[in-house]
Amino acid sequence: MAEKYLTYEYNIDGENFTTAGEASVNLKRVLRRIGFAPEVIKRASIAMYEGEINMVIHAGGGVARVNIYEDKIVITLDDNGPGIADVELAMKEGYSTAPDKIRSMGFGAGMGLPNMKRNADKLEISTRLGEGTTITMTITVAATATAND
Amino acid sequence: MAVYKHSVSLDIEKCKGCTHCLKRCPTEAIRIRDGHATIDPDRCIDCGECIRQCPHNAKKAIYDKLSSLPADKYLIALPAPTLYGQFERLDDLDHLIKGLLDIGFDDVFEVACAAELITEYTRRFLARDDIVRPVISSACPVVARLVSLRFPTLVGNLMPILPPIELAGRLAREKAKAKNPSLKDGDIFTVFISPCPAKVSYVKNNLVGGVSSVDAVVAINDIYFELLSVMEDRITSVPYSRTGMIGVGWATSGGESSALMNDHYLSADGIENVIKVLEDLDTSEHPNLDFVELNACSGGCVGGVLAVENPYVARVRLRNIKRYLPVSQARPPEDAGGAGFPDEYKINLGVIQKPISSLNPDIRQAMDLMADIDEIFKTLPELDCGSCGSPTCRAFAEDVVKGNAKYEECIVVMRQKLKHLLAEDI
Repeated sequence: MAEKYLTYEYNIDGENFTTAGEASVNLKRVLRRIGFAPEVIKRASIAMYEGEINMVIHAGGGVARVNIYEDKIVITLDDNGPGIADVELAMKEGYSTAPDKIRSMGFGAGMGLPNMKRNADKLEISTRLGEGTTITMTITVAATATAND
Repeated sequence: MAVYKHSVSLDIEKCKGCTHCLKRCPTEAIRIRDGHATIDPDRCIDCGECIRQCPHNAKKAIYDKLSSLPADKYLIALPAPTLYGQFERLDDLDHLIKGLLDIGFDDVFEVACAAELITEYTRRFLARDDIVRPVISSACPVVARLVSLRFPTLVGNLMPILPPIELAGRLAREKAKAKNPSLKDGDIFTVFISPCPAKVSYVKNNLVGGVSSVDAVVAINDIYFELLSVMEDRITSVPYSRTGMIGVGWATSGGESSALMNDHYLSADGIENVIKVLEDLDTSEHPNLDFVELNACSGGCVGGVLAVENPYVARVRLRNIKRYLPVSQARPPEDAGGAGFPDEYKINLGVIQKPISSLNPDIRQAMDLMADIDEIFKTLPELDCGSCGSPTCRAFAEDVVKGNAKYEECIVVMRQKLKHLLAEDI
């Protein structure tokens, strides 16, 4: 169901750690105005935030596209980074390939992908070494879960 | 639900319809319509920012006048800790308490004393392992309202205890009745001496869930000169003040949290910073954080819009006053209740307000509206100039879609139209 949807596109600047997270704040604002349940908004914005940070750390930025349906939110993160060599390993909590410099800034604790998986109802990764990664996260909205109930 | 009573009002005669308040309102509650500002009561959080910004003094705080207090009642002053930092030569708090008695109050109960009790209760509350962390202080009424309106997922983090003002009102009544057994509740009239209009809203709306124990709120800047004149002689023989360093510390940002003797705290002040912190808490995990103190005013309560003295000067004075005080003078009984504090001090902040942020109760319709807003927004200049009467182009697009503004009110759009018309003439 739910053909009706809204689309938003955010360019994630790969150079800038301080602006990473802006797309997440922006998305949160839109979802609030539509009236999704706080729990849905929280999951979507955490997933988006982790995705943004990942693209900055590993891929030099990228594009985030968000399709908002009545019953689900689909976030697609697209980058032209190095790709993920071992997806299964990358999904493990605490596993990280972030360089020391990044870790010293408090990022790269190996919780990004696991957090995205935990907050999304569905997470799909398509990656090619040397070409880039596309991650699609789906957050489903329970039929009754709106802020107005 | 009862209509929310605000404490910020507008003098239409003085309002020039400029955009100072419009641009600075943190919740975008203001619009300029028909040449003057209007405030959306559902969005206003009573932070007082518009009062601070208005160059024409058109925005006013509503509070009770000293002369309007019922003289036949047993009047108890509840001075905010901020009051202590307002006087240049004040080094002994007893002078100030005596001053309050001299201008007509029958008794004084320092809010700082109630604050010290709350500090101790908060320490005990934080020691529990069944609570949602980090605990966010609920003492600033602006923050409590902001959280319940804009950050519903954080309502469970708010400290579920009465704010110092309310506890002070209750304790003042108990103390007065103990001292004068003939007094009844109806004979007592408690008056908070406030640095900010938000405390007025707090009392008027009975946010505690029942009737507030505070009857009236007087502004610090309204009582200041009267106090100053009676404090001149500076002769006191009776020690009145019962507060310690901790209670006085509540007046400035960081005072409430540093008193907890727990390093895992964050304190932020100034409404913009407060919102940034709340956004962050809403999205990220902070496992090392136990307590979050948020003050809507810069510098803490000393930065309140009804205070007289510059907040940074006030902070220095408070530091000098604190030097001669014991750490704390209030000590609640060890076994005060299962929650870490007595049950009768508990409040349920979740039911006070409900979020207002959605465009329409129906998700499908809200999405339609959002699509229309996005469509209009794309055609706007993104100057956020405020000339249309809305604070940003985004807010203007929303106002147009809701039928609260006309698209042609955008002067940039109009100028383009005009150019086209002129070009056609040639």
